[in-house]
Amino acid sequence: MSTLTEAPPPLSPPAPEKKPPRKRGRWTPYWLLLPGILWLVVFFAVPMIYQASTSVQTGSLEEGYKVTWHFVTYWDALSEYWPQFLRSVAYAASATVLCLLLGYPLAYLIAFRAGRWRNLIMILVIAPFFTSFLIRTLAWKTILADGGPVVAALNTLHVLDVTSWLGWTAGDRVLATPLAVVCGLTYNFLPFMILPLYTSLERIDGRLHEAARDLYAKPSTVFRKVTFPLSMPGVVSGTLLTFIPATGDYVNASLLGSADTGMIGNVIQSQFLRVLDYPTAAALSFILMAAILAMVTVYIRKSGTEDLV
Amino acid sequence: MAFVNWFKRNLVVIAGLLTLAYLLLPNVIVTVFSFNRPNGRFNYAWQQFSTEAWKDPCGVSGLCGSLSLSLQIAFWATLGATALGTAIAFALVRYRFRARGAINSLIFLPMAMPEVVMAASLLTLFLNMGAQLGFWTILIAHIMFCLSFVVTAVKARVMSMDPRLEQAAQDLYAGPFQTFVRVTLPIAAPGIAAGALLAFALSFDDFIITNFNAGSTVTFPMFVWGSAQRGTPVQINVIGTAMFIIAVLFVLASMVIGNRRNRRKA
Repeated sequence: MSTLTEAPPPLSPPAPEKKPPRKRGRWTPYWLLLPGILWLVVFFAVPMIYQASTSVQTGSLEEGYKVTWHFVTYWDALSEYWPQFLRSVAYAASATVLCLLLGYPLAYLIAFRAGRWRNLIMILVIAPFFTSFLIRTLAWKTILADGGPVVAALNTLHVLDVTSWLGWTAGDRVLATPLAVVCGLTYNFLPFMILPLYTSLERIDGRLHEAARDLYAKPSTVFRKVTFPLSMPGVVSGTLLTFIPATGDYVNASLLGSADTGMIGNVIQSQFLRVLDYPTAAALSFILMAAILAMVTVYIRKSGTEDLV
Repeated sequence: MAFVNWFKRNLVVIAGLLTLAYLLLPNVIVTVFSFNRPNGRFNYAWQQFSTEAWKDPCGVSGLCGSLSLSLQIAFWATLGATALGTAIAFALVRYRFRARGAINSLIFLPMAMPEVVMAASLLTLFLNMGAQLGFWTILIAHIMFCLSFVVTAVKARVMSMDPRLEQAAQDLYAGPFQTFVRVTLPIAAPGIAAGALLAFALSFDDFIITNFNAGSTVTFPMFVWGSAQRGTPVQINVIGTAMFIIAVLFVLASMVIGNRRNRRKA
């Protein structure tokens, strides 16, 4: 309700005898906020600062680390792992575009054409969330297995010749290639595209479509000039919700890819948990964060919906 | 020609249903392969029909232990995140105070941050503090990242609440506590429930943040991750199928109850 956002503090009723509750109310928001905000500060904000300081430390696990403002770590990390950075952005961008292409028809279907099936389709979109996403990602190993029906069909249609030529697949394999990783990423983040798209499509007034048709617009024109522009908020938030987590993901690249398809998440994970080179790992995750923030800012500017975030 | 026209008119429906099929295909595979009797350690190729795994879902060492650990962590994380998040949501919607903008961004940031970055920075903190990685560090991490989602869900509901209902309760001589328990809380309940459900699902399914901060403790997603390297038992598919069925039944039941309530009102 819009009245609530405009209204002054709701707990300031006009009657003078209500003054005491209002006085007590002055501190209430702070008491309500304190525990949760403290949690976020201690376990979200402070760790970020710790990580910033770790990234400029030198030393070793045995002797301990010291802050030496050793910024060279950033340079070394970038020059060694730029392929993984590029790959992460390329994979995440491809997956985001695919999610948009695949998700838009389904969101449109649920919003305008599903009728009494709407709730059932919604359930079917959300319910897979409750099966562990790792189990579902492993299922793609079965689906894309060498010599399985999917690969065989793609082979007969000569699709694999084209994708191999483009470097997306290797020979007559799909597993352990970039295509498999992008397929897994697309699958895993598709619901994050569909739900915001659906929300913004559902808000569109159906009469606008009628008006466009009355003015002799072809269906494709109605979509291009009315439906799609009005769904822009959903497109923007869907793209962000897909692109950001996809860039940092390392599960799909590990389970469906090979050593040649490693993403930056894989590098951060192994630096932190296996190599135990904390400064490099911290620098890498800082570069990742900065890169994503920069890309997201540019994207939001370009798409002209700054009021969104 | 008639067919071409029909196809053109229903292009969106066909494309949408194909996407739905793409979304559900892995679930179908998981279900089908829960009836497989694999040859060797990996359950990736179809061999032979068998209901063995369904008769003995705990037959693999470590699986049900990790499952119960994940359920416990999800339960406590949900409880913690829902309590802290609901309080924040009420404060943000109901009061005007300084630093509102800063607090809003502090709540938005964890949702916009790649999980690896959050996971790694939290691990840096724990390592610096010399904390023992395990149940407590996982729980702390889960409450942290579930919090924002609960705040968002509860905020949406509280924003659409009519403040006059509470004023009416106060006019009828209800104290602040009574007003809260008998009027405010019941109206906000669907939002709080949605936030809690989301927190439970997120915590139960989280892998990346847990992987960094668990030490040698094994939650269910970590068990699945490990099994992808060592050999995947069929029981994993059984648990996955059961979770899917329970989720669908749960949503259907809540919809039926909601419909009935609406009909009674009408």
